[in-house]
Amino acid sequence: MTLKLQALTERPETLASGHGLCPGCSESVVVRMVLMALANPAVVSLATGCLEVSSTRFPDTAWKVPVIHSAFENAASTASGIEAAYKALVRKGRMAERPLTFVVFAGDGATYDIGLQWLSGALERRHRFVYVCLNNEGYMNTGIQRSGATLKGTWTTTTPAGAATAGKVDWNKDVTAIVAAHGIPYVAQAAVHHWKDLMTKVRKAEAAAGPSFINVFAPCNRGWRHEPEDTMNVSRLAVESGAWPLYEVIDGAWHMTGSGRKTRPVADYMRAQGRFKHLMTEANAGLLAEIQARIDSEWVRLQKRCASGV
Amino acid sequence: MTSRIAEWKRISAGGLVSNPGSSERVQTGAWRTRRPVIDFSQCTHCMICWVMCPDTSMQVYKDRLTGVDLAHCKGCGICASECPKHCIQMVPEDRRV
Amino acid sequence: MAPSKMPSTVDLPIEAPPANALAINGGEAVAYALKQIDPEVVAAYPITPQTLIIEKFAEYFANGEVRTEFVTVESEHAALSVCVGAAAAGGRAVTATAGPGLALMFEMLGVASGMRLPIVMHLCTRALSSPINILGDHSDAMAMRETGWVMLAGSSPQEAYDQALIAQVIAEHPDVLLPTANLIDGFSVTHAVERVNVLDDSTVREFVGEYEPGLSLLSADQAVTFGAMDARDSYFEHKRQQVAALERAVHVTAEALDRFAQVSGRRYRLLETYRLEDAAIAIVVMGSLEGQVRAAVDTARERGLRVGALRIRLFRPFPTRLVANALRGTPVIGVLDRAIGFGSPGNPLYSDIAVTMFREPDKPMLKSFVYGLGGRVTTQRVLEQAIQELADTLHVGRITDGQTYLGLHEGTAK
Repeated sequence: MTLKLQALTERPETLASGHGLCPGCSESVVVRMVLMALANPAVVSLATGCLEVSSTRFPDTAWKVPVIHSAFENAASTASGIEAAYKALVRKGRMAERPLTFVVFAGDGATYDIGLQWLSGALERRHRFVYVCLNNEGYMNTGIQRSGATLKGTWTTTTPAGAATAGKVDWNKDVTAIVAAHGIPYVAQAAVHHWKDLMTKVRKAEAAAGPSFINVFAPCNRGWRHEPEDTMNVSRLAVESGAWPLYEVIDGAWHMTGSGRKTRPVADYMRAQGRFKHLMTEANAGLLAEIQARIDSEWVRLQKRCASGV
Repeated sequence: MTSRIAEWKRISAGGLVSNPGSSERVQTGAWRTRRPVIDFSQCTHCMICWVMCPDTSMQVYKDRLTGVDLAHCKGCGICASECPKHCIQMVPEDRRV
Repeated sequence: MAPSKMPSTVDLPIEAPPANALAINGGEAVAYALKQIDPEVVAAYPITPQTLIIEKFAEYFANGEVRTEFVTVESEHAALSVCVGAAAAGGRAVTATAGPGLALMFEMLGVASGMRLPIVMHLCTRALSSPINILGDHSDAMAMRETGWVMLAGSSPQEAYDQALIAQVIAEHPDVLLPTANLIDGFSVTHAVERVNVLDDSTVREFVGEYEPGLSLLSADQAVTFGAMDARDSYFEHKRQQVAALERAVHVTAEALDRFAQVSGRRYRLLETYRLEDAAIAIVVMGSLEGQVRAAVDTARERGLRVGALRIRLFRPFPTRLVANALRGTPVIGVLDRAIGFGSPGNPLYSDIAVTMFREPDKPMLKSFVYGLGGRVTTQRVLEQAIQELADTLHVGRITDGQTYLGLHEGTAK
């Protein structure tokens, strides 16, 4: 089935309007794209976060698919339980087998930091689900604090740019590679602006014979300090500058997706956001150069992985 | 303002919600300070604005973009900035069109 | 038989035990019950002294004797999280843990009860760190006592087995729908090999029935949202509902025990009383010390002291009215806690009894005893000392000393 937007408009909506996400938020866009790309009906497990609190305010819900929120760190475990119960209910003849896809939506805090162990365990046990990380590089729901996904040099409310430190002092960790090291059949990085690339990856993830993971770049205009209408543009600049490469790991083999090229300096991406404003000053030129050098070297490493196929 | 919550004996146990999509009753259009206006003479109905709308507010009927759900559109402007034909304008709410 | 000559063992008439009698420990007894229940999901992480349960269950799983998804998770928090997902999906979900494992689960205890998911947990009671101690006490159980779970405390491998079945019935009753814990004393019950009379599989199936969930995540024709966010206009109401469900659990538990007596011939009550009718001194206890307490009661009775015992089986919801009825008119009550309520005006079980008896017109004299922390053995001698303290209290007519730590090394080193 090819991806044509006109055809996709025929599919029933999965997330209703009226939720409380900020204007210009990318998270609901990712959710709609993921769920409309799936071939099967979805059952969703949500980690605590902006998406969850904004979409499930009792007595209302924005969800038109079954969804559960249990806690912050354990969305992968909750999905494991749903999948396990489904298998046992079918095995016992208490429920008819039917096409279903179990989906997790969790932020980068829930994925990189507090929930990494829960995710790792579920991946090791090979529960079949599509895990989507809504990556906005910080704890936006609690007020823009730094996470393990936050880039070095980034302003957040717990890594302010001051006289002694210029934003976050540590490098972010490469959770996509950590997940890939679990040897699951499908792992990818995607970005919200590139709907076709994202939806294609969702379909591959859904079809994979085991757990799958898509780390989706999802700008937060409130936390990143850009205008709401620039959400897609900032996402595009991240990919074009190589700050967020698009790739997939299929059965252990690494492949670039999209243009596969890096066409801009990272400063182009940073200038579009207030959270990097301090890096555009003379005083922090060295730090900016360090970040550019790191992005360049990581890019080379990724190209080598893709060229060698493993 | 009266609460939509029934007395404690009658609300759903465990907070279960069984009215999918009921958030639509919340009129988030009230948040808007500017609204998208579509120039249909230029629109190719490519549906980029539809797929990129965070609020499920681009109205479609049979493959055709027909308008904006102003009861829910928060006026973020993603549709205007992403439209390949640049045929969506964001107009301040206080200006009549 | 002539007592002059001891018969050799060969001469003894050996009565064949009934086919349903097994010589197993408390952990294996629970595992056997789980095999018979055959839940959709068992999720657990190994921790002493709970491992007996999951190792035995793993054997049943490996041998194809259950149709369960056995989810061997990476932590106790994940174990209960898996159960939450499984129960919300309409499956019967069971876990087992102990001490520090329960502590790690803590966040999910309230999630499970707040979401009204009838998960069953077998809690092999164990001391909490630090210092690390793998042995039995009730510190873990007491830490969960106000998390909205139904809690049943047994005193033997037989009861561990029986309550594993009964817990399912309570948890899943439509008037309750609350997670339920089966408390099994670490080591003194989990590792004690005794004769356990098991029910046959069909009796178990009939007793526990099939779990018929209401709306679930897997309901084919209705999309539901579990775990929605409550603001200040609905959270309070949901908590009030939990109170009502727990209150209903008292009656539901009594009914389940009645029905269990009919199918098993084993009659349990929410509270077990022993020689309490004419007692001037009552000892309140929970868990496996009950047998020793009964023996101490008998010894004291031989000395002419009118002593009786009350064992709490249904700990949460606390059957306040029944406890008051049982203890009414007893002038002196000693409460045995196997946990400390650090900084509290009273230790946990003592506080429950104090609040219960405060409502009585004739208030008893209450004494608090702590025993058995971190696996400390409680001897008959210290129980007899406790009874003597209570007898002294009765004699002088007032409480002389607030708090006694039974079996604590104290006093001057010689």
